Amino acid sequence: MLEKALKGSRGYGIWVAFLLLLVAIGFFFYLRQLDYGLGITGMSRDVSWGLYIAQFTFLVGIAASAVMLVLPYYLHDFKAFGKITILGEFLAVSAVVMCITFIFVDLGQPGRVMNVLLYPSPTSVLFWDMVVLNGYLLLNIVTGWTVLESDKKGVPPPAWVKPLIYLSIPWAVSIHTVTAFIYSGLPGRGFWLTAIMAPRFLASAFASGPALLILFCLILRRFGRFDAGEKAIQTLAKIVTYALATSIFFVLVELFTVFYSQIPGHMHHLTYLFAGLDGHHTIARWMAVSAFTAVAALVLLIIPRMRKNESLLALACIGVFLSLWIEKGLGLVVTGFVPSPVETITDYTPTGPEVAITIGVWALGLLMITLFYKIFVSVRKEE
Amino acid sequence: MAPTRREFLKIAGFSAVGLVLPFLPSLSSAQAGIPLSPAAPGRLQALKAKRWAMTVEPRKCRPGCTDCITACHLEHNVPVIGNPKDDVHWIGLERVEHIFPAEAHPRLPESITKLPVPVLCNHCENPPCVRVCPTQATFKRADGIVMMDYHRCIGCRFCMAACPYGSRSMNYRDPRPFIRKINQAFPTRTKGVVEKCNFCEERLARGIFPACVIACKDKALAFCDLEDPRSEVRLILDKGLSLRRRPELGTGPQVYYIL
Repeated sequence: MLEKALKGSRGYGIWVAFLLLLVAIGFFFYLRQLDYGLGITGMSRDVSWGLYIAQFTFLVGIAASAVMLVLPYYLHDFKAFGKITILGEFLAVSAVVMCITFIFVDLGQPGRVMNVLLYPSPTSVLFWDMVVLNGYLLLNIVTGWTVLESDKKGVPPPAWVKPLIYLSIPWAVSIHTVTAFIYSGLPGRGFWLTAIMAPRFLASAFASGPALLILFCLILRRFGRFDAGEKAIQTLAKIVTYALATSIFFVLVELFTVFYSQIPGHMHHLTYLFAGLDGHHTIARWMAVSAFTAVAALVLLIIPRMRKNESLLALACIGVFLSLWIEKGLGLVVTGFVPSPVETITDYTPTGPEVAITIGVWALGLLMITLFYKIFVSVRKEE
Repeated sequence: MAPTRREFLKIAGFSAVGLVLPFLPSLSSAQAGIPLSPAAPGRLQALKAKRWAMTVEPRKCRPGCTDCITACHLEHNVPVIGNPKDDVHWIGLERVEHIFPAEAHPRLPESITKLPVPVLCNHCENPPCVRVCPTQATFKRADGIVMMDYHRCIGCRFCMAACPYGSRSMNYRDPRPFIRKINQAFPTRTKGVVEKCNFCEERLARGIFPACVIACKDKALAFCDLEDPRSEVRLILDKGLSLRRRPELGTGPQVYYIL
């Protein structure tokens, strides 16, 4: 089936070439980072994780969100998702590949990455994250590819795939829970030390992932001559609505706990995030955009008339994605480090090479999604 | 209580080994080809403890003195990079209000609030950095020293996020050009690995006290076995109230502050 990714329209060719160019630029700057060290980024002694780890965290959510298609289709026999479940699985595969790449480019000594396997450390959450992420990647490659191949042959998927698909449902929850535990298990970082971290991660994931899928479905209808169907898209929209509302609710719960209890160690971080601290306002400005977009998107999604209008739905989905990307792919990681353990406020600004590498990894993921979806659409057309 | 026959034999056996060991050239660390720093006298036995601990008495410090930092950083080839972003340090100076936020209040005397307090790795009894390390590149020894294996560290910086004290530094770039004078007795690091205070384990192995403790002319730092009731650290702790940084986190810091 892979050969189907090679033939396409002129627009497809240009898009693939464009993504390849971005990947190449990212790779060029990664070579420079390898040579110079991670000092080429904006990360510092105080803010020791930045854009890379934040992207990883955000993308684990995108990967986990495939379960929002798999679960209704396989557990509740919700037929409308039958056509697009594979899209979710391929999105998950691409997202996990991006996650692993982001972890890799974040390593100070990437040549020693195998030490994680050579000296397995069950007390480390990062070790378990590696286990669950790779397991999830494998599950989705195997199930997605096998189901698509059966589709091509016009036969029902083999029976052995079913247990793997069922397994992928709790597994999806596990990848984002374990990722949240990376943060919420650390004693000295008041911002992350909250039991709602994992539920919050899942809620925001189940909003941002399906929002992205809706956008992909709309793009595929326009450019790929593949129609996911009105019912599938509208159901996804409802999932996004509920998940977004839950996500906002969880943030408000966190804000209440922190600001009503008024424990300084917890309050300082959230003040920095939402209002700025001692004249450091950069992140707070981004968060204002995030908060506004989230509320606006929620309004668009809650009112059925607006949700059913596809242009407004697309706008709302862009809003959801943007808002949650700012929250998780920018604010969440950096704010854990500010103020530092000795109460210093260090701003973090990603550098040009760092942004180029980040865009390069995203382009790599988008390229994978493009190729997968091209194969998918070509197979579907033959039926 | 008199020792049983079995215990007596055990003690006797260990004593015999202990008598012979220093004369075996290949096993004695002092003769294993490690060059000694000029301060080191000829033959010394390794210093051992059940639990190493340090006391810091910042009020003894002379104003503006940074001798402990200089000595430590020279001993351990810590680079002087000169910008806060890429900064590497093992000992730092911080204000009381920043390291003891729970104890600080606006009516503290200036003699306390203006006091620079040396901060370093606390060599926690229950170290979060060790717990989170995905390769066991950072680990705790039986005598309580939390160590780093610079050759195993993959530079993921999970330990830096986990340390509640900001004791760890990342080599964001090659540190070697920024080392003023390389001490051949201690390894330099490569870019991309994390480092921190090691309680001078390399000196203890040669029977010498930590560089910072020796360098302090005001005797503001003491370093001994916490389990030994007659040790200097215990005598200082016996005098009154001492503080540890953020003890509520359950990390069990082994650096005690007398203020």
